[in-house]
Amino acid sequence: MKAASSQTPLATAVYDPLARMSAGDWLKRNLFSSVWQTLLTVITAAVLLRFFWFVLDWGVINAVWFTSDPEVCRAATGACWAVIVEKHRPMLFGLYPYDEHWRLVLMMAIYLGTVVFSLMPRNWNLRLLVPLWCVAAVSIGVLMFGGVLGLRYVPTSEWGGLPLTMLLFTGTVLFGMPVAVLLALGRRAPLPVARGVSVVFIEALRGVPLITILFVAVNVFPLFLPAGVQVDKLLRITIGIAIFFACYQAEVIRGGLQAIPRGQYEAAASLSLTYWQTTTRIILPQALRICLPAITNHIIAAMKNTSFVIIIGLFDILTATTAVMQDPLWRKFYVEAYLFVAAVYLFFGYALSLYARKVEKWIASGRV
Amino acid sequence: MIDATPARGGRPSARRPKDLLYSEGFRAAAYQIALAAAVIFIGLFLYHNVVENLQRQNIATGFGFLKEVSQFEIGEALINYSARDTYARALLVGLLNTLSVSAAGIVLATIIGFSVGIARVSNNWLLQRIATGYVEIVRNVPVILQVIFWAAVTRNLPAPRQALDLWGLGFLSNRGLTFATPVADPAHGWMLLALVAGIVLAAVGDRWARRHREATGKHVDMLWPSVAVIIGLPLIVWLAFGAPHLISFPERKGFSFVGGYTISPEFVALMTGISLYASGFIAEIVRAGIEATPRGQVEAARSIALRPRFIMRYVVLPQALRVIVPPLTSQYVSLIKNSSIAVVVGYPDLVNIGNTVMNQTGQAVEAIAVMMTVYLIISVVTSLLMNTYNRLVAIKER
Repeated sequence: MKAASSQTPLATAVYDPLARMSAGDWLKRNLFSSVWQTLLTVITAAVLLRFFWFVLDWGVINAVWFTSDPEVCRAATGACWAVIVEKHRPMLFGLYPYDEHWRLVLMMAIYLGTVVFSLMPRNWNLRLLVPLWCVAAVSIGVLMFGGVLGLRYVPTSEWGGLPLTMLLFTGTVLFGMPVAVLLALGRRAPLPVARGVSVVFIEALRGVPLITILFVAVNVFPLFLPAGVQVDKLLRITIGIAIFFACYQAEVIRGGLQAIPRGQYEAAASLSLTYWQTTTRIILPQALRICLPAITNHIIAAMKNTSFVIIIGLFDILTATTAVMQDPLWRKFYVEAYLFVAAVYLFFGYALSLYARKVEKWIASGRV
Repeated sequence: MIDATPARGGRPSARRPKDLLYSEGFRAAAYQIALAAAVIFIGLFLYHNVVENLQRQNIATGFGFLKEVSQFEIGEALINYSARDTYARALLVGLLNTLSVSAAGIVLATIIGFSVGIARVSNNWLLQRIATGYVEIVRNVPVILQVIFWAAVTRNLPAPRQALDLWGLGFLSNRGLTFATPVADPAHGWMLLALVAGIVLAAVGDRWARRHREATGKHVDMLWPSVAVIIGLPLIVWLAFGAPHLISFPERKGFSFVGGYTISPEFVALMTGISLYASGFIAEIVRAGIEATPRGQVEAARSIALRPRFIMRYVVLPQALRVIVPPLTSQYVSLIKNSSIAVVVGYPDLVNIGNTVMNQTGQAVEAIAVMMTVYLIISVVTSLLMNTYNRLVAIKER
């Protein structure tokens, strides 16, 4: 590792596109190309090694994994992962009645199974997916609400934790995407009134923070309804996040629509296709493919944005964890608890972006 | 609801009623009238419901409440404020707090973001990997979680007695960040004025140099004169005032500090959280900007023996900035909007105080309208400035 060299390795190399770079060449080129680079590498490596050693020392060697006694953790110099083992149920499931947690486990299994099944291209068939989602929605509803089949009734105000985060996220995307497409089409429509309405709606909502929209959903929306009509708070909040998501997504989709060449519209018109035929069969499939990476970014952002519900007191995974960390016995181990929550978000975000990259590859190879 | 092909076909003029029904113009007009009517109808319906509901619940309407006495204290305020002041003044305190935490956050996010962004395109593989890892983590963990995490960290910092000493320049404790500041002096205001004057003068000089170059082909280097005038003018003012150099260093005293300037732990937590989150996005913007200048252009500039400094200034920077500035500004705006999560750490920003006002007066519609309007104004002003900038830097096609 001491092959410091001030010469540029490329100056003498013979260019051969088929030859693979040897390990030595690679090191020379990427880590030790000059005195300055070598110095930089050594310093960075030293800092990195120290950091990794700290992580290993704190997080593994001296960590406490299983104990129900916070004093054991207090005595140790390392991390207290026991706080997660000990408190995982209130963190993952929030206020949901303790004895009914099995329902949430089952719900998450059904939910994740349905989602994974739907993401596989060979299952992309509406005749298969629509009934599947209906069955999944009904069984998730029965599990979450209860009140039938001898299950205890649990109102939405007691829902919480990771299942709530999943429901908020799914609701946001399922409701938000169609609205986003409509807003984007409205903004590109040849009708000035539709354009005006869409522009004002999109720009006004993009100009304000999500929190103010959540305040509207909680405090103002009930005032909009005629006397006697009530809408569940969880539903109002989901709609609020979904509309906020739709306004950002609409701008992304508009970008995709703008990238479609004029000739596509003209070709469709020459076949005397109607507006909706042109839009749904020719324009949208191409536009959505073009802007898929940006769409994924906003879908991941929607998942992160569900955490804003802590401000209006919904018990998603973050709120539940924050509440658990009020426990004076365990509150000292907040770093471990929040790292766990961050890892959950990172895991789902990473899974989504990996999948999106796969879809992009399928698109590039003409598979979908 | 919308049913007209974008390509406007030339249908012969409609005479019979049936033709009229199928004519594109008639259809377009009908759909638009229907849409406008629906929007107006829904608007009126909602308005009617709101008025009725408010009357039934005995909630006052209008912005008259802004003149009433607030009766609540605010932890930190940049202007004089007490519980005897009005709601309007309380909201102003909140707005100033929003702006100050955002300004600090923007500076921090820019510094970190540019450093990481440059590291992302470094030739050094190790550095580049580390920067990539940093970006992936801070961008993919929700900003609220990051702010809550930093709030927990600041709460668990040692008490002032055992405060972390920052190389004699300040202290970090559970009371917040205390740091040394110059003792206030009348010279400072004049120095700021001199700085602005210096920047204006430098800009004028630069303009003149460009005109001169375009007219005569002779290059006048304005870099050093510009630096001299921007640094020199405030320096002269400082000397003219007798060079006031007193600096107030904080010292531990009892359970607190004397001297220096202290920012609250809530401010520190919020600023750290929102600026680290934004720095990940800024790093990606900077990387895209640097990669936007094709290698060939730099090589071409070198082949005509342009000096490296000029390559940077006339070839790379103008193209990089054209790519960097618009998304960078929208990152700044979203940082300002993210500062509204102050309520989770108890920092009294506009939304936090608006929330208190809303709960005290019950006038949710008006309180939320005030918050939304303020953020909308910030967004609209930024996008207007951005449009002007884009017009100025747009590629001039001749």
